[in-house]
This record gives sequence, C-alpha cells and structure tokens, in this order.
Amino acid sequence: MRATKLAFGLAGLLGLSLANAIPAAAQGTTYTTIERGRYLVNTGDCASCHTDQGGKPYAGALAVPTPFGVIYSTNITPDPATGIGNWSEQDFYKAMHDGIRRDGKHLYPAFPYPWFTKVSREDAHAIKAFLDTLTPVRQQNKPTELSWPLDVREVMAGWNELYFHEGAFKADPTKSEQWNRGAYLVEGLGHCGACHTATNVLGASKTGEKLKGGDFGEHWYAPSLTSNLRDGLGGWSAVEIVEYLKTGANDKSAAAGPMAEVIKNSTQYLSDADLNSIAAYLKDFPVGKVKATTTTEINKQTLSRGGTLYFDNCTGCHMENGEGLAQAFPPLKGSSAVQAAVPDTVIHIVLAGAKMAATPSKPTGFAMPAFDWKLNDKEVADLVNYIRNAWGNHASLTSADAVNKVRKDVEHSGG
Amino acid sequence: MATKLKSVDVVLVGFGWTASILAKELTDAGLQVLAIERGKFRDTVPDFATTHIQDELRYAARGGLFEDLARETLTFRNSLDQEALPMRHLGSFNPASGVGGAGIHWNGQTWRFLPTDFTIRSHTEARYGKNFIPVDMTIQDWGVTYDDLEPYYDKFEYLCGISGQAGNVQGKIQTGGNPFEGPRARGYPLPPLKRSYATVLFDKAAKDVGLKSFPCAAANTSQPYKNPYGVQMGQCTYCGFCEWFACGNYSKSSPQTTILPALLPKDNFSYRTLCDVTRVNLDSTGKRATGVTYVDVQGREFEQPAELVILCAFAQHNAHLLLLSGIGEPYNPKTNEGVTGRNYAYQITSSVDVFLDEDVNPFMGAGALGQAIDEFNGDNFDHGPLGFIGGGYIALWTTGGRPILQQHGAPEGTPKWGGGWKKSMHENYLKSVSVATHGSVMSYRDSYLDLDPTYRDVYGNPLLRLTFDFHDNEYKMSKFETDKAALIAKAMKPRSVKVNYREGHYSILPYETTHNTGGAAMGSDPKTSVVNRYLQSWDVSNVFVMGSSVFPQNHGYNPTGTVGALAYWAADAIKTKYLKNPGPLVQA
Repeated sequence: MRATKLAFGLAGLLGLSLANAIPAAAQGTTYTTIERGRYLVNTGDCASCHTDQGGKPYAGALAVPTPFGVIYSTNITPDPATGIGNWSEQDFYKAMHDGIRRDGKHLYPAFPYPWFTKVSREDAHAIKAFLDTLTPVRQQNKPTELSWPLDVREVMAGWNELYFHEGAFKADPTKSEQWNRGAYLVEGLGHCGACHTATNVLGASKTGEKLKGGDFGEHWYAPSLTSNLRDGLGGWSAVEIVEYLKTGANDKSAAAGPMAEVIKNSTQYLSDADLNSIAAYLKDFPVGKVKATTTTEINKQTLSRGGTLYFDNCTGCHMENGEGLAQAFPPLKGSSAVQAAVPDTVIHIVLAGAKMAATPSKPTGFAMPAFDWKLNDKEVADLVNYIRNAWGNHASLTSADAVNKVRKDVEHSGG
Repeated sequence: MATKLKSVDVVLVGFGWTASILAKELTDAGLQVLAIERGKFRDTVPDFATTHIQDELRYAARGGLFEDLARETLTFRNSLDQEALPMRHLGSFNPASGVGGAGIHWNGQTWRFLPTDFTIRSHTEARYGKNFIPVDMTIQDWGVTYDDLEPYYDKFEYLCGISGQAGNVQGKIQTGGNPFEGPRARGYPLPPLKRSYATVLFDKAAKDVGLKSFPCAAANTSQPYKNPYGVQMGQCTYCGFCEWFACGNYSKSSPQTTILPALLPKDNFSYRTLCDVTRVNLDSTGKRATGVTYVDVQGREFEQPAELVILCAFAQHNAHLLLLSGIGEPYNPKTNEGVTGRNYAYQITSSVDVFLDEDVNPFMGAGALGQAIDEFNGDNFDHGPLGFIGGGYIALWTTGGRPILQQHGAPEGTPKWGGGWKKSMHENYLKSVSVATHGSVMSYRDSYLDLDPTYRDVYGNPLLRLTFDFHDNEYKMSKFETDKAALIAKAMKPRSVKVNYREGHYSILPYETTHNTGGAAMGSDPKTSVVNRYLQSWDVSNVFVMGSSVFPQNHGYNPTGTVGALAYWAADAIKTKYLKNPGPLVQA
C-alpha cells in the first residue's frame, strides 16, 4: 500500500500544477491583469524593500537606513487592518502618483514616488490587483525613527514643493517606441535613478546629475549609467546590458551587493523586450558634462605595493592582467564599477567579500571571500588604488582613513 | 522518545557526492527529497576561501576537513584471533564530515574501472582456470558490466568537467590516451591539465622502457567549464592544495562546485546538518523500511518517515548502519555465510622516490596532475606465470610542494635528523619526485566488517569493527608493480632512487589511501551480496546503498569515477523502473 503512495504522490504533483493552471486561465482578463501586476511588482522591485529578511512576503518591516534616520518599509499585503486591504484603487494610485497615503498624510521618498509618479494608471491598477491576491499578513507597521523636523510628515509638503515633479510619463515623439518604453521603465517603475543619481543634502536627486552615479548607502556606490566609457555604460553593448540585467553578469562585470538583490528580485523576471528597451534607452543616454576626476598621479611606490598585494591575493580568480575569467570571475580591467567616481563599492567588496546573483541561467552564485581580517587599512587602500589604476584603469585615489571608515560601518552591519 | 516528523518521499543518509547526485536526479523527477548530514554545511565562501584554505598545518596535518573521531570511529584488528581496538587518530584513511563529504578534500583523480574488472571472477576462471583463484579469496562479478555503466561514467565526467585525454573512443584507440581503457562514447569534456616538468620526465622515461604513458584524468578544470546542470566552474590555478584541502576558486569538482547551486534552491529539496542517523527503521515484517531515526546536535531524537531510504554515507558508515538496522544477514567469516559486512577491501600502494640532478618545480601542482601507465593493471597483462590476481596503475603525480607532509624524503643513507638531514633536505627538496603504484586488493573470507562486541559510540551503539590484513596475493602483486615503477624511475636517469616496497601487516596508522570498499557488496546472488545490480537491498526493497561500500572487491584505480557512475545508474533505475512499480527490481 505504502509503495503505491509514492507513485500516487507523483501523479498528484502533476495533477496539482494542471489544476492550478485551468481555473486561473479561465478567469480571462482578471487573470491577465493580476499576472501583469505580478510582472510589474517584480519590475518595480517591491520585494527588495517590502519583504524583511526572514519576514513574510510583502509584509514590510525592513529597516531602510537613510541619512536622516531609519524608515521601515510598510505592509502592502491585503490585510485590512495593518496592510492595504481596504485601500481603493484610487488610494493606491494617489500613493504611487502623489506620494500621499490613504489617510492623506505624506509618504517619505524612501518610497520612490518621485519615480512612481510616472507609472500609468493602468499599471498601478494591475499592481494593486496583484497585491490584492497576496496572503494577508497581520503585521503592524513600525513607526519611523527620523530626527526632527523630518519626523513631522507635513514637512514633506515643502520637500515636494522643492523637489517633486508630479506627472505621468510623457513619451518623446522623436524617439522610437522601444526607446520610450525603456525611458518609462528606467525613469518610472524601475526607479533606477533612486540609487544611480546623486542626491542633495535633503535626499533629493540632483537634477543635473541624472544617472551619473549615486550613493546607495552602506558604502555601496551605484555607478554611472551614462554612456561614459570609463565609469559608465559606454563600453557595454545593448546585448551586454540585457545579459547583465537578466543573469547578473556579463563579460564586463558581475553584480554584487544591492544590485545583486535587484537582479535577484526584479530584473531577471523582465521580458527580453523590456530589457532591450531599457538597454536602448540607456545606450542613448548622453554622457553629459563629466567632472574632471581630481586624481593626483598615483606614485610608483603605491602602485608597486598594491601590485604585490594584488598578485598575492587576487590573481587566482581575477588573473594577473585583471581580465578575470570569462563566464566565471568578473574582470577588473576596464570595469566601470571599479573605476566609479567613489571607491566605496570596491573597498566594501575587498573588506566584506561579495556574492554574485544566482539566476536560472547562471545559477552558480560565485562568491568572493572577505579580506577584512587579512589586510589592514593601508593595505586595502594600496590594493584598491592599484586595482583602480592598473591595466589602463583610471580613478581617484583612496586612503587608509577612508578604508577605516568603511571598515567600521561594514563590520558594524555584519557586512 | 523520538519525535515523529512529516513523511518525505526520499531520505538520503549523508550529503556528499552520491547524495547530491541522487537528490538532483530525484527532485528533477518530482520527488520530495531530504538529506540528513552528520557534519556542518560548508561552501566555497566562506569555508574554503582562498584567504585561508592553503594552510597545511590546519587542514592536512590536523585534518580540518576530516571526520571527528570523538564523535564516530571504528575498531580495528588484523585478524580474527586479535582483539580490536578503537581507532583514536586518523591515519590510514581520511573520511570526511560535512556537506560535500570527501568530495571536498579529494584530489580529483577520476578513473573508470576496466571492463574485465566488473567480471573479475568469471573472466579469471575463463582465462586462467578455476584453481587460479585462491580458496579464501571471495571476489565476485559485480552484476553490472562496463557497457551498462558507460553512459553513467560519461554523465559523471560531464558533471565534473573532467580534464583528460581519451584513449578509446567507440573502439578506436586514441593517440596519447590510455589504450587499455574501456571504449567510451566520447572524449573528456576538457583537455588535459598543463603538464608539470616531472610528468614530462616520467612520460619520456616510460616511453623509453616501451610503455604507453598518458595524462591522468582530473577533476581539476583545465579550462572554465559549465556543466549540464548549468553550474559554472573556474579554471585550476595549479596552487598545489587539492589533496586534503578544499578548492577556494571553484576549479575542483565537488558537490558544491557542480550540483548544489542547482539543487539547493529547489522547493522539493531540503537538508538537515549536524544530525546523526542511528537506524534505518523497518516495519514488523522486516522487509520494508519506514524511514530513519536520527539524533540532532542537541541530542534530540527524531523519526523521519520516508518511502525510500538511500544510504549515501562513507563506505564503512553505510555498512555500519545496515548492521545496526538489521538489514541483510550479518556476515560470519567462520561459516562464510551472511552478507552484510562481507568483502571489505582496501588498496595497496607503494612508491619509488627519485632524486634528480635538476630542479623540478613541485609547487605548480594539482590534485590529479599526473602521468600514468596502465600496462600492469587489472588483466591488461598475463597473470598466468605470475601467480597473482589484480594489478594497478603506475603514476607520477605533481600534487604540490608542501613542506610538512609532502616532501619526498631523502636518499638512502641520509641521517634521520640533525644537520645531515637538513642539508639533504635542502639539496633534494626541489630535485625529488615519486613514482607511485596504486594497486588493487581482492576480497577475502577474513577481511570483513561487523559490530564490535566491546566498544560503543556516544549513543550506546556498538562501534563498527574492521578486520583486515594484506594477503600474499597483494604482496606479490605490489612487489611486481613496484619493480616496474623502479624500472621507469631508473629510466628518468636520476642520481639515485629509493624503492619503498609495501611490507609487513596492514597498519591503520600511516596514511595510504582513503579507498575503503565493500561491506554492502553488490552482485547477482543474494547469498553473496547485500544489494542487487541496481544497488537495491535484496531484503528491504525500499532501501538503496550508494558508494564504494557496494564494490565486491577493490580494483587498481581511484574509486570516485565508479562511485559517481553507480550513483547515476541507480538514480536512473529508481526513476525509470522503481517509481513505476515499487518493489524488488531483481527477483532473488
């Protein structure tokens, strides 16, 4: 009897997936809208913030550190009491479009409404329709821990006045449909600029600095997405951009840190058409005015000390010529992330190590070990200066003090 | 009182090479699979990171990746008239503990057994007559043939990304490969590793004495490699820290570098670590397993029900668990009846140290970077006038130049200590190599595993008792092999050679090889085997046994290639035969 249970179990498994597919498909447009919403929720990378580590999906409570204090992501499951179960579609759109929540109070731009304002009504509707299908989780939102006066939500009205440009996406009729789709995704739901654009002292994106690189926080620097050859995407083909977003790596680079999360939770799920649109838009993004990097010429001694450290610690994977190993270990030579305006990402990875995103077509998830226990601040600085200035690379120099600051924060946060 | 857990389709005991293969194959077939591992979870980063793994004292000398004998050991004796004593230090062999098993610290030397190895008894009787096999030698045919296993050898080699030179593709002998190997459907996935200078010298010397030398097949990647599961490996850097170490840069094949990235994310797979399986539970008929009992690290006992129980632990541990669980009649050497614990075997090794005039860089090494000859393995040569059965390969390996355990000693006549020793070491460190023989060991009536009558483990269960010694057949064979090795060594035109014959009783102490086999032998006759040709227990049809514990005797090659092939072979039988009609796959 028991022996047959196994065979039945197998049949049951097959039956289950079949059963799942039929009624859902029969629901027609509703199903289509919900599935479209699922796709858009992935596109917007909602899970990265609205799901806490080890927490229930979309129930919020993830601490988002900002320069002004900690904000906790909110519960967006359809629980009526603690989630958004009793929000109307109109309420939801108002949050997305205006940054105003159901009770009329202002949201903080840690919720990227300055980008989501461009999301179409139809897409917002689909997102809400999908969120309504989630399992409701009863979990109270945590109050923000912001310092005065930002803890007063009314203050955001002034902030919005200064920095928020409400308005749905407007297509550029001189550009292709693909370009416009890319612009809609990058500037809207994808909210790439939330990290890849520098911010002012009040946390608002600097208007002239769009996608020229920005600070994610926690010593992760989001490199430039402009067509700059050295620290932007100038050297990447559209195909390489698509491969990176789909799989987490290409021949030029591999995602680590927060971008690995974005790929894991968001971009790997995007359709090839959408990824191609994003690539088309980014490839057409102007270099803009490039600030001259104020690099003091790296002296031979520093380069030689760094080179020795590199040879001893890094060549096993990244190779002596800095070119890495195709399909496995990312190159450092010519890498835009390595040569980014700010060295923090490189310092962070040397100190704490990093793990590449594991995606279905590249499931391996190669990891680099931490060197914090092995190299002191001076050594890390020498090494980072070498990596950023060897093999034709060129970037600003860092110092032992700067490394020490990263080390303290990284070790405090456990990496 | 054991807490009873929710049932799963398949429980795997251990989480090394064979469990990883079974888990991947059976979860792909839709089954709910759980692996239970006594050691810790381990992964390339942080556990094997290049920042710390190349530490000879911690990992080789102090056995950082090996099993902890304070938790589990066995007792040992050479013969039935002795009292066995517990093994309190690892010596002769180094089993692992932890996810990935010994697949983490192996060298990567990956061979196929010869077609005649699988039919050793019938083949030997046919060629040399029935009386050629000594009465107390209990060798037997495997119940599977090389041709049965060929597609599964191929699967394992393409899983691992083996670097090598084929010697026989579909019957066509290939230049530069091993001409004695069985025919393979296709070549290796990667070209051979780059050669060390010492292997070039060996190659030339072997050819000078008329032997056909070839580069050894290696689970160290000569190039980056993506396997059929989509898992990517890097490229070997020849750092010289494979053997007894883990690989820090994803270039030695292991469950971690070839399977786990594709297995761990699956919803129908789970694993539990730091849990010791103490029993396979049987129902009242004793013919059906209901699951396993295990104890977690906090000492809590659990009963894990399962429809299928697959033993994937290290060789002796599988036999131990079968004996503790009462699966199969325990072997009795006095009556030569019973099966469980029968046909334990090992391997016999020897070496010839070669002292050269020129420097041979020993530091550029890899676990399976070697050059070998196979003229004197299996039945590749006429045993008639020699009066023994079996053989082995002869190889020169360049696995590294570590100072503590890997220097090749000093020429004859060198003082054992003091200034004279230091001077000799200084002169010879970069100028010495070793030619090794890797010989088979047949199975015998008095070499077996059973439960120790005296010593017990932390759970109060009897320890496993190993009774083993080398026999005349093996000494004769090893002497023959060593003389051939010396012939090649001398053809390298050295200053001097030091021939190290294998002499005296088998000892559990100095390291020889981790290639223990038997105890759950496979075969066609339930009177002489624990499992049938599909590695399924004759007595309890929902129990399968993996690994070298099913080898009916040990042949002249490293076993992992065959262990991997058998795992794929059994997985295929479970998927295509057992699941359709659960029950015995071969009628007794």
